[in-house]
Amino acid sequence: MIDLLAQHPLIAASGALLLLGALFGAVLGYAAVRFRVEGNPIVDDIENLLPQTQCGQCGYPGCRPYAEAIAEGEAINRCPPGGEDTINALAELLNVEPEPLDGEVNPVKMVAYIREAECIGCTKCLQACPVDAIVGAARFMHTVMADECTGCDLCVEPCPVDCIEMRPVATPWQWQRPLPPEQLIATDRHSSEVPA
Amino acid sequence: MKPLATFHGGIHPPENKAQSTVLPIAGASLPDELVLPLSQHIGAPARPCVEPGQQVLKGECIATAATAISAPLHAPTSGTISAIEERPVPHPSGGTGLCIVIRPDGEQRWAPRHACAAWQDLPRDQLLAQIRAAGIVGLGGAGFPTAVKAGTRPDRIIDTLIINAAECEPYITADDMLMRERAAAVVSGIEILRHLVQPATILIGIEDNKPEAIAALQAATGNSGIQVVTIPTLYPSGGEKQLIKILTAREVPSGGLPADIGVLCQNVGTAVAIHDAVVEGRPLISRITTVTGASCQQPRNYEVLIGTPVSHLLALAGWDAKRCDRLIIGGPMMGFSVPDAAVPVVKTTNCILAPTREELPPPPPAQACIRCGLCAEACPASLLPQQLYWFARSGEHDKLEAHHLFDCIECGACSYVCPSSIPLVQYYRASKAEIRHKQREREQAERARQRFEARQERMAREAAEREARRQARAAAAAAAQAAKARADAEARPEAPIQPAADPVQAAIERARALRAGQTGDSSAASSTAPSPRQQAEQKVSTLEARLTKARKRHEEAVAGGEKTAAALASVVEKLEQQLAAARAELETTEEQT
Repeated sequence: MIDLLAQHPLIAASGALLLLGALFGAVLGYAAVRFRVEGNPIVDDIENLLPQTQCGQCGYPGCRPYAEAIAEGEAINRCPPGGEDTINALAELLNVEPEPLDGEVNPVKMVAYIREAECIGCTKCLQACPVDAIVGAARFMHTVMADECTGCDLCVEPCPVDCIEMRPVATPWQWQRPLPPEQLIATDRHSSEVPA
Repeated sequence: MKPLATFHGGIHPPENKAQSTVLPIAGASLPDELVLPLSQHIGAPARPCVEPGQQVLKGECIATAATAISAPLHAPTSGTISAIEERPVPHPSGGTGLCIVIRPDGEQRWAPRHACAAWQDLPRDQLLAQIRAAGIVGLGGAGFPTAVKAGTRPDRIIDTLIINAAECEPYITADDMLMRERAAAVVSGIEILRHLVQPATILIGIEDNKPEAIAALQAATGNSGIQVVTIPTLYPSGGEKQLIKILTAREVPSGGLPADIGVLCQNVGTAVAIHDAVVEGRPLISRITTVTGASCQQPRNYEVLIGTPVSHLLALAGWDAKRCDRLIIGGPMMGFSVPDAAVPVVKTTNCILAPTREELPPPPPAQACIRCGLCAEACPASLLPQQLYWFARSGEHDKLEAHHLFDCIECGACSYVCPSSIPLVQYYRASKAEIRHKQREREQAERARQRFEARQERMAREAAEREARRQARAAAAAAAQAAKARADAEARPEAPIQPAADPVQAAIERARALRAGQTGDSSAASSTAPSPRQQAEQKVSTLEARLTKARKRHEEAVAGGEKTAAALASVVEKLEQQLAAARAELETTEEQT
């Protein structure tokens, strides 16, 4: 056997290559079964970047389905609540070019508000709310838990008496960045205070 | 005494402390009204426990601590609650906050005071409760509730108590004057803290630019074991982490607390407040505040009731509003300017600075960063301010966090040394706010996701339950049908034929009977067939039933205005004729029998 291999290096080389191929194939085959990943892990990463308003403005019934669709190749610019930040983050994650937002973005965060005197207790908004942020029961007044409301406005349309409105959320004061010096016009430069 | 450590960086701004130490502390007069913001401390705002129009006594609790990290408020003098409303508050936002407004009656009548001279005998919890009830918060500037800070968990062993008397920020002399004039109270407060936390060593850290205060403290401490440690004057050695580094050479870990390395740090003013609360039963209703700046004729320190409008204090110090460029609450390094002199003095107001334009000129417009690195040399937290600046400008939050933005103490040393006068600290504050905002949004999104998933799960479960119920109902109905069919099959051969129930069947029977009668066949069929009289009776009853039904349908059709009404009328007519014929037949059969 060894003589044969020594005398026919071509056979020896081919045999060795075949042997290695079979070995690595077996290892890869085992790994494919043993370390199999269930589902698409990128979907979770995409979902973490979405704003979780579950508003359906992207055309999918919630953020998770949209994340799955993006993983399948859907456009990344369908999320108005996320705005440009989300598009940029998704573009970076997926290594694609950011696109302009498909739709209009409302920069002010809104929450639903039920004018409680007008509510007839029909429970239609309860069924529409994707995050169960409306409490109430049939023929009892409903109210929105403002902290849990994502501002998706899915409850506004089903209301038969139009008693739900979207109200802007008062944002608490916070420090603002100084205006960049480029924004000071030349005549103000000699004396202007940096705006507080 | 081991040699002192040093912290990284630091600056030497002009001290400007001499102006306000010429005169002793004066008691500020009673203003026309006292405005007490409900949020004067870190933590939840206090909850008012008085109504407008109510009479209150000096030292009476007017707002209670809302949560564990909160502090109660007390009436600084006797008088009437005139309102609980939104008023301008001393806050960088320049906005308003909910305040309790008291109109003093000038009598200064005290509510009952609960002094405990024998505090050494009190258990720790009771002593902490007394401090908490007195509404004491850290008077150095941050305003963290003292009872929470001093009430460390039993598993944290505090071996070093540090009393912060550095007062490193320019212009401010409130602690300096307090130590000069009330050194005994300082030591008494420290003794109470010693009783509470049982430290091995007690160090008072004081900058060497306060020789009178050092002398007074050394005289008061005697050989009580409290060490007065003189440290070199360097801004910001009064920062908690910096002072700990100087005195103990230990560093508070990033994101950690002094308690993590066995240190508790309290301000010297807080120690006096603890003494007042425990020994004299006097809640925190006043503090020492420096009123200084070149637009004040007589800069000095005042013992001022909490809630006194800043304008009242400034008037006492001979303030010239025309010369004053801006009003700063706090010092020139870390203070903030307020647009309105109507804001009140709160528990954390250690200084009111009213400089002229020449004294503290507004910063020139920011120039481009030239990467000189002076800020990195000055930073007491060993950060890289210029890197942070670039990341802040480009909004790279993850890099800011990687460069430990949250270890920045916002001391302003970097802005002070910046040759391009870039307002660095403002960039950091804004970035911190943005990062916290993002963090909150992420938490909200996470909660929304959980709620959405819970809802999806619930809806799937409910749908499954409905489906299961529907299938159970369908199975039950099928079983019932099968049982009925079986019962019918069993019952049919025995049950007599009900001709009235089925007119078609009855008609077939009748036709058979008729045929049998006509043929005169006396077969089995005729023997089982009913007699002619019975037949006639059945016919009559069947026709009667059909007639009533037809009439009813006719009436309904007429009432509903349907097109079939006419056809139904003819049906009724025909049935009436048939009925009459059947009755005649019945009569004839009766006659025959």
